[in-house]
Amino acid sequence: MKTAKAKKITVKDIIKKYGGDKTAMIAILQDVQEEFRYLPKAALSSISKQMEVPLTRIYEIATFYNAFSLKQRGKNLIEVCAGTACHVQGAARLMDRMERDLAIKCGETTKDKMFSLEEVRCLGCCSLAPVVRISGNIHPNLTQDEVPKILKNY
Amino acid sequence: MSKINTLEDLNKAAKRGLESIIPSKTKVMVGMATSGIASGAQEVYNALAEEIKKRKLDIILSKTGAMGMDCIEPLVDVLQPNKPRLAYSKVTAKKVPEIIDQIVKGAVNGNKPAYRMDEEEFICLNENKPYLKGPVPKDLEGIPKIGDVSFYKKQMKLATRNCGMINYESIDEYIAKGGYFSLLKALTKMQPDEIIDEVIASGLRGRGGGGFQAGIKWQTCRRAHGDIKYVICNGDEGDPGAYMDRSVMEGDPHSVIEGMIIGAYAIGSSQGFIYVRNEYPLAVANLQRALDQAREYGLLGKNILNTGFDFDLKIGKGAGAFVCGESTALMTSLEGKAGEPRAKYIHTVEHGLWDRPSNLNNVETWANVPAIISRGAKWFSSIGCKNNSGTKVFCLVGKINNIGMVEVPMGIPLKEIIYEIGGGIPGGKKYKAVQTGGPSGGCLPDSLIDISVDFDSLWDAGSMMGSGGMIVMDETTCMVDIARYFIDFLEFESCGKCVPCREGVYRMNEILNDICDGKGKAGDVELLESMSQGIVDGALCALGSTAANPVLSTLKYFRDEYVAHVRDKKCPAGVCKALIRFSVSDEKCTGCGVCLKKCPTECISGEKKKTHVIDQTKCIKCGVCKESCKFDAIIVE
Repeated sequence: MKTAKAKKITVKDIIKKYGGDKTAMIAILQDVQEEFRYLPKAALSSISKQMEVPLTRIYEIATFYNAFSLKQRGKNLIEVCAGTACHVQGAARLMDRMERDLAIKCGETTKDKMFSLEEVRCLGCCSLAPVVRISGNIHPNLTQDEVPKILKNY
Repeated sequence: MSKINTLEDLNKAAKRGLESIIPSKTKVMVGMATSGIASGAQEVYNALAEEIKKRKLDIILSKTGAMGMDCIEPLVDVLQPNKPRLAYSKVTAKKVPEIIDQIVKGAVNGNKPAYRMDEEEFICLNENKPYLKGPVPKDLEGIPKIGDVSFYKKQMKLATRNCGMINYESIDEYIAKGGYFSLLKALTKMQPDEIIDEVIASGLRGRGGGGFQAGIKWQTCRRAHGDIKYVICNGDEGDPGAYMDRSVMEGDPHSVIEGMIIGAYAIGSSQGFIYVRNEYPLAVANLQRALDQAREYGLLGKNILNTGFDFDLKIGKGAGAFVCGESTALMTSLEGKAGEPRAKYIHTVEHGLWDRPSNLNNVETWANVPAIISRGAKWFSSIGCKNNSGTKVFCLVGKINNIGMVEVPMGIPLKEIIYEIGGGIPGGKKYKAVQTGGPSGGCLPDSLIDISVDFDSLWDAGSMMGSGGMIVMDETTCMVDIARYFIDFLEFESCGKCVPCREGVYRMNEILNDICDGKGKAGDVELLESMSQGIVDGALCALGSTAANPVLSTLKYFRDEYVAHVRDKKCPAGVCKALIRFSVSDEKCTGCGVCLKKCPTECISGEKKKTHVIDQTKCIKCGVCKESCKFDAIIVE
C-alpha cells in the first residue's frame, strides 16, 4: 500500500512538470518509465484520471512505441543491437548465446529479476558492431566468448 | 552572457571562440561522441584530467565530436601553440601519461600520432587558419598530413564541417567558425523570398532519403495559407546502419539550429521542433544545451538579433518507432499520439502538424543551410554532379577496413568509397555488395561498383540514397538472410494501419523464413515477386511502398542464392543455420583443443595434436568453434 502511494505522488509530479499538457503524453510516459523501468498499471490509471485522458488512449501509445514496456523489467536491461551492421557481424549468434546463458528468451526477465533481455533496432554505434548495451553501457565488438565475463560484472 | 544584437557583438563572441579553438596554450581534445565514448573515451578523458592535475600543468582539456574515422577511436587531439594539431588514435587510459610526456617535452617519440593537421578549415568563412607557424618540426615530418590519409583524401566536409573540430559545448567556438553570421546576414540583408531563391538555386535536395528539392518545399510552405506555420527537423534516424545525423546533432548541434532559424524566417514560422530518436540520449543533451545557449545569446526566442523576428525551438523525443521517421507519422507523434502515417495526397507543407503548414527537413539538410547562405548558391551548386549538388554524408560500416562516417561530393564513384576511403574488404575476402538506403533501399553488386553515388543513379539501379547507411557485405554474407533480416525488421516496425504492409510483409517474412530454414518450395521465389509488386502498388506511406525493395533488389542481383536455398537446400555463404554443417579440416587442424574447450554443447572431441571431430547430432551451429580457431580449420558448408 505504501509503495503505491509513493508511486502516485511521483506520477503527479511528472504530470505537473509538463503542466498537464496532453500533447506531452509520450514525454510523460518516458519519465514514468525512467522512474519505474516500466509502465506500471497503477501509474497509467493515475495518469488517465488526473489528465482526463481515456486509459485506452494511453494504452495505445504505450503499446505502439517499442521503448515502452508494460512488463516489469529486471535490474539490468540487456539490449542486443540488431542493426544491419551488427546483424552482418553476427548479432544473431550473440543473442542466441545470451538466451542460452541466461536461460530466457528475448523479451523475458530472469527469475532472480537481475536481467531483462531485449532486442534494439540500431544504437547507431555501427562502427563497433556487434554491440550490446547493458544498463546504458555499450559493450563494443562483443564476441560470444566474452558474454559470461561481461554478465558477471553486473 | 549578454544578448547579441549587432555584428559587433557577434564578432566579439567569434573572437572569444577563436581564442579557444586555437589557444595560446596547449589544448587536448577528446573525441566524445557516442562512438568515442563506447570505445572508452570517457576513461581516457578522466585519465587526462587526472594526469594534468597531478602534474599541475596548464593545459586546456576539451571535448569534441566525431571526426568520422570511428575505427581508430578513442581519438585524442593535441594542439600546442604554433605547431600542427596531432591526432593520437586508439588511446587508452594507460597511454595517457606517455602522451602527456610528449606534450611536456614538446617532441614526438614512441607512440606516434595517426596524422597531423597544419591548418583548420573555416568553411563558412571561406578561409583556412593555420595552426602551424613556420616549417614543420623535424620530429613531425614522418607523420602524414590528414589530407594524405586515404580515408580523408577524397572527403569534403560541409554538413559535418565542425564535427570533431570544435568543442560541442561551446557556442563561441561555433560562432568563430562563422556560425550565426549566416543568420545575421539572412535576417538583416535578405528578404524571405531571396533566401528561398538562394536555396532553390543551390539545388539542395533533402538528405533524408527522398531527395526532394528543399527550396521548393520551403516555397510551397511559405505560400500555404495559415497564420501559424511550423518548421521541423527530422532527427529520428531509424535506418539501421546509419548514424550521421546523430554525429551532427552530437558534434555540431548549432549548425542544425541555425539552419532551422534561417528556414523559419524564410517560411514565416515562429515555432519549430526537433524530433530526436529515443536511442540518442547524448544528441538530446547536446541539442538542449545548444538551445539554451542560443536563447541566452538572443539567437532564439523573442526579437532575434534585435530584428523583431520571433522564433523558438522545442525538442520532441521519439519512443522507438521506425515509422516515425516518415514525415506524417513523425508529426502525429509530435502531437502526442501513436505515430501512424497518413496518405500523402494531403501535403504536410499545407496540412501538417496540428493541421497547419509544416516544413520538415532532416538534420543533414538543415546543417547545410548556413553554409549555403554564407558562401552562396553558386558555390554550393559547383560541388557534386548534375542535379545533385553538394555533398552527402555516409556511414561506411559492415565488412570494410576503415569503418566510419564519411562525407563526399555527390557523384563520386562507389569504387572510390569502398576501396580508397574504406580501404577495401578485411581478411582478403571478396566484395559482394553494398546495401544503401536502409530497409527501403537495395543492394549494389560488384557489377555496379563503378556507379556514380547520387540520388538518381542509385534510384535507377533499384536502390536509393536513403539517409546514408552503407553496409558493406562480403562473400560470407548471405543475401537471402539479408532480405529476411530487412523484411523481419519491417514486419516488426509496420505500424499496422494498411493491409498491404501489415499482411503482405508478414507473409513475405514467413516465406523467407521457410527458405532460410530449408523448407523453401518451388514457386516461393515467384510468389515473393508478385507479393512485392502488390505492396509497392498498395501500401499507404513511403516506408510501406518501399518495403519490398530488399527482396526485389536481392532477387534482381542474387537470384542464384535464392535458387541454391530453395532447390539445393544450401546456403552458399554459410549463414543459414538449417542449411549448413560445421566440420573440422583434417589438413588445417593442429589439435590444439581450443574449440573443444569453448564448445557450449561439448560436441567436439579429439585427442591433443590430433584432428578433432564435431558430433553433428549435438552441434547447435553457434559458430564459437569457427570464431575461436586460429588456424581457420573449421569448415562451414
